[in-house]
Amino acid sequence: MYLLENVTKTYSGRRGSVHALCDVSLRISEGSCVAITGPSGSGKTTLLLTLGGLIRPSSGRILFHDEDLSRLSDRELARYRNRKIGFVLQTFNLIPYLSALENVMVPMLFDGRKNGDIDPRARALIERVGLRDRADHLPRELSVGQQQRVAIARALANDPEVILADEPTGNLDPALAAEVLGFLRTLCEKDGRTVILVTHSPEAAAIGTRRLRLLDGACREDSSHNDPTTG
Amino acid sequence: MKLQTILWKELLLRKSRMVSGLLAITLGIAVIVGIQSVTAVSERAVQIKLDNLGSNILVLPQAASVDDYYTADIDAPTFPEDYVERVATSMLPGVDNLSPKLTRRVKIAGVSVILTGILPANELASKPIWQSAGLAGEELALACGTDPDVRKGPSYADEKLQRKAVDSLAPAEVLVGSVAAERLGLAEGGVVRIEGREFQAARVLPTTGTIDDDRIYAHLHVVQDLLGTGRQVSAIEIMGCCSAISDGLLGKLRNILPDTRITTIGQIVGTQIETNRLMARISIVLLVLIAMIGSISIGNYMWANVEERKREIGTFLALGAGRGNVYRLFFAKAAVLGLVGGLGGYILGTASAMVLGPELAGLAVQPVPIHFVWSLLVAVAIALAGGLYPTFRATRLDPASILQEL
Ligand SMILES: Nc1ncnc2c1ncn2[C@@H]1O[C@H](COP(=O)(O)OP(=O)(O)OP(=O)(O)O)[C@@H](O)[C@H]1O
Ligand SMILES: [Mg+2]
Repeated sequence: MYLLENVTKTYSGRRGSVHALCDVSLRISEGSCVAITGPSGSGKTTLLLTLGGLIRPSSGRILFHDEDLSRLSDRELARYRNRKIGFVLQTFNLIPYLSALENVMVPMLFDGRKNGDIDPRARALIERVGLRDRADHLPRELSVGQQQRVAIARALANDPEVILADEPTGNLDPALAAEVLGFLRTLCEKDGRTVILVTHSPEAAAIGTRRLRLLDGACREDSSHNDPTTG
Repeated sequence: MKLQTILWKELLLRKSRMVSGLLAITLGIAVIVGIQSVTAVSERAVQIKLDNLGSNILVLPQAASVDDYYTADIDAPTFPEDYVERVATSMLPGVDNLSPKLTRRVKIAGVSVILTGILPANELASKPIWQSAGLAGEELALACGTDPDVRKGPSYADEKLQRKAVDSLAPAEVLVGSVAAERLGLAEGGVVRIEGREFQAARVLPTTGTIDDDRIYAHLHVVQDLLGTGRQVSAIEIMGCCSAISDGLLGKLRNILPDTRITTIGQIVGTQIETNRLMARISIVLLVLIAMIGSISIGNYMWANVEERKREIGTFLALGAGRGNVYRLFFAKAAVLGLVGGLGGYILGTASAMVLGPELAGLAVQPVPIHFVWSLLVAVAIALAGGLYPTFRATRLDPASILQEL
């Protein structure tokens, strides 16, 4: 599904340039559940955003189903994010003035879908994450765990092939974290979506059928099942 | 739900900040609408005064002075009556009516009176008071508010200018001013001999307290024959619309009639016209200031809005929004702010003009619907100008940096 060839991302700013990704080459097959670990600042988020089409690599290619993402126009890239990718972020990033239901609708709106299709689909997704009675609540009226579930429902809005999750359990207590991880696992195992998950926690990493480790922007397979932050 | 829902809900979420961002533009538009509303009424009042006055532009021979016109010396210069035609065929905008006059001081049975030749139809049309003394009063009451004297309407018309209705003037008829009638011992229906010809006094005009009381009016062409002047007149009174006068009607008339003196009988309304002009100028200066201040304050608000919504913008981008979506979201917001500011400004401005107009200017102010359209247009333009850079910035945000900051 994904083929990365010598992907490099350099942030250049006023205080010099940072090599966030160095020459990453990688293949990710369809339906796999990949856990990415690595110390802070090793480039995990950068890699995830690059896969999600929010960052264009400084050099190298990313093929998605043999299509070179760097050749897509801004508009095509937006459409790729909209239809193929579901982002789940550590801070949930729910839109504060929209209800849970409306938050789930947002990606469908950007897809230009008609009102008639949007509502039933959004309700079904909210129901799927078990928040039927909370559909009309604003994010601040929801518990942290509920917020993350809304974020997951929203990531599924346009039925994406790929779920990209950046520390999805980082802000959750162990019970909630387990619940969210359960969701992600289902998305991969039952729905057959590709789930790529960045995490610090061994529990989270454990759901990955494949584990990658980033170190200073370089990527390698991680076969040890030990503590991924040290090993 | 639609994309616009995002816009509305966000606006409502941060109402108070929006209101403060809109303050400058709303107050600014309000001030301009207020001034304009009062000015519009004031212009209307000037118009009505001018209507009451009858003619307000006087065309005289080059060599003549305004005094000549009133004292009507024997050898006062004249010019051809054709000039009336010239002005009429020029189709100048703002020329409402033309009344040529020939004036001479004559002696009737040893009494000196001013014989004035008029074309009755024209003369009447250019002096509405002659037709109906009360006609202008109603409109005036509309325009002029609190002063009870003013409200009476007809009494507002200058007493000196009150004249009775005259339908027609036959070749053998004259209208006699009150002083002239007294000095000649002439009553309505009486006969008077002027320059060897007999005329019937069709009417004795009411006293005006002006030189007009000394006049005897006869048909222009009869007077021309009587005095042997040929087709000459000593003046043309023109009814000019006052806005056309300030737009340079006099200059245009001077081009058409180069060998004449053209003046306005505008003293009565002169100061008011001046005030209106001043208001118009102040409005322009204010408009420029308000455009700047309004843009800056909206821009400031929008900038802060973009800053505080960075994370939201990043989220939208991650969810598949294109730059176009972001652009529309913020530009539409600026437009909505403009509409709200324009609407608020119009209502506030009109309301304060209606409340303060009668207090301050003695004029009852009506809402001016066209100001509504202008308020919206101007406010939206100001808001869009102010929102331009913040919107541009919103679309240029780097999703990597925003999402990293979380
Ligand atoms: N927008 C940016 N501009 C400049 N440098 C950046 C930017 N974003 C990230 N970096 C740098 O790139 C490197 C990789 O950052 P990244 O966020 O991908 O790391 P990470 O593995 O996700 O770290 P963490 O585990 O702390 O989230 C870091 O050194 C970081 O300082
Ligand atoms: Mg990170």
